[in-house]
Amino acid sequence: MNFPEKLLYTKDHEWTLIEGDIAVVGITDFAQSELGDIVFVETPEVGTKLNVGDSFGVVESVKTVSDLYSPLTGEVVEVNEALVDAPETVNTSPYADGWIVKIKMSDTSETESLMNVADYKSLVKK
Amino acid sequence: MSTQYQRGLAFTEEEIFGRGSPGRSGVDFSDGGFEDIADPAKMLPAGYVRGGLEGFPELSEPEVVRHYTRLSQWNFGIDSNMYPLGSCTMKHNPRVNEAVCRLNGFTDLHPYQPDEDCQGTLKLIHDLGRWLCEITGLHSATLQPAAGAHGEFAGLLMVRSALQKRGDARSKVLLPDSSHGTNPASAALCGYGSVTLKSGANGKIDLAELDRLMDEQVAALMVTNPNTLGIFESDIVKIAKIVHDRGGFLYCDGANLSALMGKGRFGDMGVDVAHLNLHKTFSTPHGGGGPGAGPVCVTEELTPFLPTPMVVKDGDKYKLDSGRPHSVGRVHGFNGNVGVLVRAAAYILSMGPEGLREATEAAVLNANYIKARLKEHYHTPIEGNSLHECVLNDKYQNEHDVTTMDIAKGLIDRGFHPPTIYFPLIVRGALMIEPTETEPKETLDDFCDAMIDIAEKAKADPESLKQAPVNTIRRRLDEAHAARNPELRCTLCS
Repeated sequence: MNFPEKLLYTKDHEWTLIEGDIAVVGITDFAQSELGDIVFVETPEVGTKLNVGDSFGVVESVKTVSDLYSPLTGEVVEVNEALVDAPETVNTSPYADGWIVKIKMSDTSETESLMNVADYKSLVKK
Repeated sequence: MSTQYQRGLAFTEEEIFGRGSPGRSGVDFSDGGFEDIADPAKMLPAGYVRGGLEGFPELSEPEVVRHYTRLSQWNFGIDSNMYPLGSCTMKHNPRVNEAVCRLNGFTDLHPYQPDEDCQGTLKLIHDLGRWLCEITGLHSATLQPAAGAHGEFAGLLMVRSALQKRGDARSKVLLPDSSHGTNPASAALCGYGSVTLKSGANGKIDLAELDRLMDEQVAALMVTNPNTLGIFESDIVKIAKIVHDRGGFLYCDGANLSALMGKGRFGDMGVDVAHLNLHKTFSTPHGGGGPGAGPVCVTEELTPFLPTPMVVKDGDKYKLDSGRPHSVGRVHGFNGNVGVLVRAAAYILSMGPEGLREATEAAVLNANYIKARLKEHYHTPIEGNSLHECVLNDKYQNEHDVTTMDIAKGLIDRGFHPPTIYFPLIVRGALMIEPTETEPKETLDDFCDAMIDIAEKAKADPESLKQAPVNTIRRRLDEAHAARNPELRCTLCS
């Protein structure tokens, strides 16, 4: 199972890639593998304001439906429209083409409370 | 072990669209006397008459009968074999209930007839409400809601109205992480946010966590008791006190009442509002998603907020009372799904108090019998005895790359409906088994033998389970492909 070093992680099995004040968010390889075949991704409207822990979307697989929780405070500036027609991209490419939203952070210091790869790996091992 | 399931003729059957031939019909209208029906323009306002209909199949009566009979043979219901779908309580639907609900006195009524013409039906609604209150230890009931989730919605609306009347509007509902998925959906429909309450290590509500999250914005805690792991929330009285001390209401999802009926009462546990599923505990058919009933029972405090109209007794007469100023209003047309209510009343009367208690005892015994027979073969994530359902998982089978999905498909090949799988969410690869009280020991043994056979196959021949089901008319369906690329075959819709 693949956990890139450059990403930050949450206990809800999401990853974040920080690019300046933009946070790209998706679900981890572990999450997609636990969910199984993903058949639908519901994304928020661009412009949606999110606080840490707010539910901003839904991932539906043949097994279950899971909420997506915002790892950071900010505003949605872009969503991955390609997932509407190809939700399986989250399975095949969770860290690249399967990204879900981009959030413009209002407080970049919040990234300090996210997990690094070592912490996330030990969470998954449990 | 029974092998009957391996034999039988199943017809393949194509869609009905594109079959038959133009002009073929089950009934001949050409002989005169049917002019009005033959020409709808004579009977209906112009705006309601369809000009034409392309692609509508035209078939003879036997063709239509065979089509649907063959399709019905692909189905699997409680009338075919054991259907141990956890939390759904797929118990036998007694045929006497069907006879009773078809009595002319019920079926020939029109809901617009005046109350004095409907005394029997009104009495039944009134009395069934009283019996459900006696079973739950609560004060009064509405029988209008048409399903469990509808009952949840009606119950939370009453909580919201009661809080508004106190001048204490609140913003959220607390939900254990083992709760049914309908609970957060009902909270959202009532305008509440939902906050997840993480279960303790034993699968029960963690009192410290409840104490931390139960604040003055929480309108209600929605519990299921016993919870979806089949475990009784033994701290329920303490839980109720924490919720009540901070001004909230305790909602109980009655999906699992089959474990308590005649033994423990929600009202005595401190519950303020609970919905029941007549199609689970009270033996009415689940009916393909068709008419159900999810009555809601409430405390005296919440009684003013019950939906209207209420059936009330006035002297010797029964009448519909709509004059209730604090009511949340109607939640269903007329009096709800009355045919379902009649079946449930027939069930309660035919069982009697002792019979209901025995049903509960047998439901709990059956679940524990299965757990005891299977625990060497399947991992049991929750130790100790269960109530009416038990949860296993695929931990041992994972060593051979066999998953819960493969076990479920293997059960189909062995003639059983699979249990609820991958729920509750807090157990990885969950298999949630609820046999109900209506299965005899021989059937439970057949089921356990099938499960044990699957566990053996997982070790010796895992590939055979990956192939399952092989005895069905269709092999394993590609659910992901079907969901991602639905192919609509109805020519009328395309």
